[in-house]
Amino acid sequence: MEEPKKKAPPAWATQLLTWYCKPELLEDLQGDLNEYYDRNVKTKGIRKARLIYIIDVLKFFRLYTIRKPEFLNLLISWIMIGSYIKTSGRSIVRNKLFSAINIIGLAVSMSVGLVLIATLSDVLSYDKFHANYNKIHRVLSRYEYLGDKGNNFMATTSLKAGRLIKEEFTGIEEVAILQSGFDSDIKVGEKIVPLHGYWANESFFKVFSFELLHGHTATALKEPFSMVISETAAKKLFGNEEAIGKVVTYNNDKSYTITGIVKEPPFFSHIHFEMLGSLSTKESDKKALDEEMVWDSVWNTWVYLLLPQNADIPLLKSNLAQLSKREDPSVKNTHIELDLQPLSSIMFRDSLGNQMGPVLGSTLLWVFGGLCFVVILSACFNYTNLSIARSLKRTREVGIRKVIGALNSNVATQFIVEAVIISLSALAMALLLFFLLRPHFLSIEPDIQKMFTLHLSPVTILYFVGFAIFVGIAAGIFPSVFFSNINAIQVLKSATSFRGMNRITGRKILIVIQFCISIILVSASIGVYRQYQHYISFDLGFNTENVLNISLQGNKAELLKKEISELPEVKGISQSLLVTSVGNYWGTNMKYHGTPNDSCGVSYNSIDENYIPLMGHQLIAGKNFSVKPDSVEESEVIVNMQVLKRFNIANQDPQKAIGDVLKVDRKNLTIIGVMKDFQYGRSNNKTSQETVFRYLDRKANIMNIKIQSNDLIGTYAKIESIWKKIDPVHPFEAKFYNQQIEEAFAGLRATLKLAGFLAFLAISIASLGLLGMVVFTTEIRLKEVSIRKVMGASEGKLLFLLGKGFVFLLLISTVISLPIVILFFQNVVFPNTANHAPLNIFEMLLGVLAILLLALLMIGTQTLKVARANPAEVLKNE
Amino acid sequence: MKGTNLGEFEELVLLTIAAMVTEAYSVAICDDLEKKTKRSVKLGVVHAVLNRLEEKGLAKSSLGEATNARGGKRKRYYTVTNAGKASLLKSKELRDQYWSLIPELTLKRI
Repeated sequence: MEEPKKKAPPAWATQLLTWYCKPELLEDLQGDLNEYYDRNVKTKGIRKARLIYIIDVLKFFRLYTIRKPEFLNLLISWIMIGSYIKTSGRSIVRNKLFSAINIIGLAVSMSVGLVLIATLSDVLSYDKFHANYNKIHRVLSRYEYLGDKGNNFMATTSLKAGRLIKEEFTGIEEVAILQSGFDSDIKVGEKIVPLHGYWANESFFKVFSFELLHGHTATALKEPFSMVISETAAKKLFGNEEAIGKVVTYNNDKSYTITGIVKEPPFFSHIHFEMLGSLSTKESDKKALDEEMVWDSVWNTWVYLLLPQNADIPLLKSNLAQLSKREDPSVKNTHIELDLQPLSSIMFRDSLGNQMGPVLGSTLLWVFGGLCFVVILSACFNYTNLSIARSLKRTREVGIRKVIGALNSNVATQFIVEAVIISLSALAMALLLFFLLRPHFLSIEPDIQKMFTLHLSPVTILYFVGFAIFVGIAAGIFPSVFFSNINAIQVLKSATSFRGMNRITGRKILIVIQFCISIILVSASIGVYRQYQHYISFDLGFNTENVLNISLQGNKAELLKKEISELPEVKGISQSLLVTSVGNYWGTNMKYHGTPNDSCGVSYNSIDENYIPLMGHQLIAGKNFSVKPDSVEESEVIVNMQVLKRFNIANQDPQKAIGDVLKVDRKNLTIIGVMKDFQYGRSNNKTSQETVFRYLDRKANIMNIKIQSNDLIGTYAKIESIWKKIDPVHPFEAKFYNQQIEEAFAGLRATLKLAGFLAFLAISIASLGLLGMVVFTTEIRLKEVSIRKVMGASEGKLLFLLGKGFVFLLLISTVISLPIVILFFQNVVFPNTANHAPLNIFEMLLGVLAILLLALLMIGTQTLKVARANPAEVLKNE
Repeated sequence: MKGTNLGEFEELVLLTIAAMVTEAYSVAICDDLEKKTKRSVKLGVVHAVLNRLEEKGLAKSSLGEATNARGGKRKRYYTVTNAGKASLLKSKELRDQYWSLIPELTLKRI
């Protein structure tokens, strides 16, 4: 005989038909299809026949064949939903403790989820206001020197590439070119306002939809020496007067005409500016332009392409590759790789250099999302765990429902509805927590505040509700399957014989997992905190105590210095090019005549004669710089020990090295001093670096002030008022050195805050889950405990009996998770970070101990309650 | 008024039902039409038309006996109702009227 299965039409298609077709049409239709199928099997073969069958089933999906939702069923399910809500509500109220545990646990974890959703919806709303949002692409470039592929792509490209694309490429509607550097003080009459902005070409307003309040999109940025300013800038410059057509002075030098007023760029724009200067201004200076029109000058120009609908992106990319192939020979040993990036991915792409502003990057999002997922999962575990643990009390209810006529699906719906009710009430609480969390989340890092608002819109609220329902279903799915599969007869015959408890191992595993997560997060946070403390109190090799660094912002220092030095609290003033040890680098090349073929990069700071004593840098040999007039050619240098080692100058003897000559930055400089090595970069960078001090021969950027005062804030205010007197235009930018060092590790601090917070959440949720389990298991054993007590067991013994299982679980979690954290630090974190502090296992153990104590406290109080119960009361009730 | 007028394909299907007397069910009608009209007739279309005819009250249907063919599913046999017969006659009369008006010469040229 032939196998009937092979001969039959595909079962799923038949099922689909049964599902959608009206019952009165079904039989006849199925028969017809079968008849055709049999016929096709004979004439065309099984495979084709099956295919035709499937197609026919899909084709019969028509208005007149579709089953209409039946009114009666609808009515019944509506009535039942009402009943489900009622019974669920009762069950929630009846078990106040368990419901509270579930609601609090879900609320806490959902609040993080809400932050994530709000963040996501913020990020996704970036740049959406552009009418051509989907058609704008940015040109990226990657700089490759001598085949070194180590560099990442950058958001910038060369001006030359932008112009070539504009002139030569077909199939591109518009090319917007932006260039940094249009920042300066703008002067109108006597008023000076510092503004920030970009150079932009005339297509800027055609590509982007920044709204022009005055002026024409086509011509605003066309003529040289024209500029567009934002509404706020206009207000700052002109007050309520008409700004358009006015002439302003840029940088005390050139005059520009204001040709347009643009509405403030929206918050969710990756481009922010207060003014735009016409790029044609730069093009009017032929010589300067030629210098800039270099293929490998890819550092300060952003190029945006407006492509037609359905543009052929691969073709465009291959054209870009050809362009760089053609232009590469114009610069030696260099290859510039070009790529395109749609506007929608700007906020998500990681490690792209030269961004216009802060971007989120997808890694951070994934990490945050992953942690959220873990926390929410943990709360869902709790729900599942507790619901099934309580199954004994609900099985009879389910049994009776089934006997009366509830289908499996009805029971399943009931439990899902119950879970969703719980998650919705959790949402209300989570929303409250969200409002509490929001300011803290935004203040984790300054950049975050610039990127997100986390404001709620109706759409986000909708997402929230959807999210809550989803979490409810996720939490309820397992219990609902469990309950709907209950055998009614068995349950009703004898409730105690029903083994709902055979999943005990599974639940134990869930508890262990939850505690592992908590312990991992806590000990990792402690580990990171130790590193952070270590880095910000790192011995840099000089003294940063009570040093205030003022950013001079182009001001001449003399006047300020004179005024400030009159303050009694000020112990010293020096000037420098930059602030070291906070992640600023200034470098050049260095050569030594002893080893003519060897040259190396060297980091430097240019300082005046007061800097070394003020900062407490230690000179091993030689002397400090002495005062020199500005006009004298640079001739002296102070080097660190590493420089002597690098070139083996005078056999590394500092005394003998004095007087030797180094070629730094193509200048011959005499070594007048040798200082001890100090930490030039951030303290998590490598220590031994070739570093020199040069004499400051131009305007300083930073003024360092050593203060000796009990009232640092008061002194700061005094200095600020002096600044305001001397420079009323620019805001006072000054920070204490130690504060700057802390800010240099803001990223680490943000991670720490986030990890610590999530650890806290994980602990709360795990503890809640444990509490629920303990309450439940002890309640179940109440009778057993009472009998034991009657027989003479002591309270202590009972405590041990009830608690030992849980304590064992906690110990297992510790044994599993602590080594994971230690191995992670030693094998993943430490090899990649310099100057790390040693792992303090003792501290981590303390953290773990705190968790364990919390858990023990919970186990203890609950078991004690049971152990102390009066056995007579318990046994009487039976 | 909708329901009294017959479309071309509807009329053909109704005629086929009438011609096949007791053997008119969807697949048979489909095959017969295919044979006579020499064009491909899709089951789905015939099915929809049968459904519509029944809705208009021009045909009625009843389920037959189960057989081993068709995977044990019963056939739905169609018969023409009185209203269906009336509308068939009406459209024939209409046509005849026009035919009687055409001079013989006009058509002989074909």
